[in-house]
Amino acid sequence: MISFDQISLTLRDRLILNQISGSAKKGHITVILGPNGAGKSTLLSCLAGLRAPDSGKVTLNNKMIAAMNGRDRARQIGLLPQQGDIHWDLSVKALVALGRLPHHDRWGTTASDEAAVAEAMILTDVAHLADRSVLRLSGGEQARVLLARVFAGQPEWLLADEPLANLDPLHQLDTLERLRAYAHGGAGVVVVMHDLTLAARIADDVIILKQGMLAASGPKDDVMTPDTLSDAFGVHVELLQDRNGGAVVTLLGAAR
Amino acid sequence: MTSRRLNPVLAIILIALMFASLFAGRVSVPFSDWLSGSLQSVIITELRLPRALLGAIIGAALGMSGAAMQGYLRNPLADPGLFGVSSSAALGAVCSLFFGFAISAWLLPLFAMAGAALGMAALALLAGRSGSLIVFTLAGVILSSLTGALTALMISLAPSPFAVTEMTTWLMGALTDRSWDDVKLAAPVVALGMIITGFAARDLDGLTLGETAARSLGVNMRRLQWMIALGVGLCVGVSVAVAGVIGFVGLVVPHLVRPLVGNKPSALLIPSALAGAILIVLSDAMVRLLPTAAELRLGIAMSVLGAPFFLALLIKMRRETA
Repeated sequence: MISFDQISLTLRDRLILNQISGSAKKGHITVILGPNGAGKSTLLSCLAGLRAPDSGKVTLNNKMIAAMNGRDRARQIGLLPQQGDIHWDLSVKALVALGRLPHHDRWGTTASDEAAVAEAMILTDVAHLADRSVLRLSGGEQARVLLARVFAGQPEWLLADEPLANLDPLHQLDTLERLRAYAHGGAGVVVVMHDLTLAARIADDVIILKQGMLAASGPKDDVMTPDTLSDAFGVHVELLQDRNGGAVVTLLGAAR
Repeated sequence: MTSRRLNPVLAIILIALMFASLFAGRVSVPFSDWLSGSLQSVIITELRLPRALLGAIIGAALGMSGAAMQGYLRNPLADPGLFGVSSSAALGAVCSLFFGFAISAWLLPLFAMAGAALGMAALALLAGRSGSLIVFTLAGVILSSLTGALTALMISLAPSPFAVTEMTTWLMGALTDRSWDDVKLAAPVVALGMIITGFAARDLDGLTLGETAARSLGVNMRRLQWMIALGVGLCVGVSVAVAGVIGFVGLVVPHLVRPLVGNKPSALLIPSALAGAILIVLSDAMVRLLPTAAELRLGIAMSVLGAPFFLALLIKMRRETA
């Protein structure tokens, strides 16, 4: 379990996170929601151990994440950042293989590295692109390659910052399905998202931030209520169900 | 071509070129005389052989440093001179010439190495402990413009026209009249610098995905910053110390090699070292063969080569973006 207790963080004189507590469980998908500038990405990078909060603590199985050795941490926690930088025109396979970096001690890859890379490419539907130059792919294809990179590391915890940006509807659903399957396999998945409908469909637990403070957190059905959502986002919403019973969040208009 | 086959091919080309370069020069020495101990054989054993070795060492140092810098800054046009270590070394060397210390063969390189070391220390002070790429690059730019200005100041205050000539000539790097002493100085320092740089290879791969993703993969940005600074600093510092400023190699060689290794930063380091050595040994043999009155300085030859290269690059990029 990743827990965070009373964490606060000030960046450039702005209080980004204000006394936030909560947790993410293994086998669950925890979705972090909130308006722009609420501190979602900052919270995610604290959970990933890339930022240490000014006060409070973030722990993984009762160990302080910030104090962990970088490579140990990287083997357990995989992060898909929001901005998908790709600086060199590697082949898709070589880029996905970067996800194995925390696993090998020296040069050369082992059979288990290659198996993990191949499996990750199949999971995200990029295996047919393996030998292509990654910078010649479309934005959506690149996003799937970057997701494959995280899967290739086989982390027990997968943290993703807006993994659906740039994806077409089919691959959005597909990616959500992959994340769900990954969580069912026993891993913990934490996702920052904007789309409330997709969030309602995938989340087990939800954390809602507003202006750096915790607006609500808990199991999805307790948190994603019209009142909580309109309070946090300043938008009136209606919660509906489609004919298959899937949740639909309809935006009715700005709450004044 | 995979890098597994590329490295042996480059190594064979390098050795063949180094051997061929022993024939290049004003005086022709028949192969049968090379080890005869005659006056002519001294040209081979005491002049051309150390010169070929030194060219290879410096070329390897500059080529690998360039590859490491480009990987670290994630910029295909980054140059090892960017951190100001080479201009610090040049300042040290110019100081020794200013005070007329160049009489002893060891003093000028020692001054240059001291300059490089001070430059690295200044870089550490300026960049602080942030590990931020932009702060680090800015610190390097400040350092190189400061040391460049001080070098110009030393030249303008030089005690005699003779000293001015010495300084300016020296700044245009060359491998003329180098001895085994220079090889003995450069080889261990370059080896150390290349080993340190080699340890950064895997982290450079991680940086392909940007700083955030690299850190999430366990890359320690601060440690990487100092490995690059130290590795590149040692390589470039000692190169300037024994041969003066030779630009262009660190910039162009990784650029040419990159497509051959699938653009992967770690796979680029060793082929860049080999190709850098090839480029220097080849160009140094060419300047010896040119029928100029005085031998063309290698540093100038490389700069002259540089301009058309960039023109070709520009035309290619314009065509691709059009």
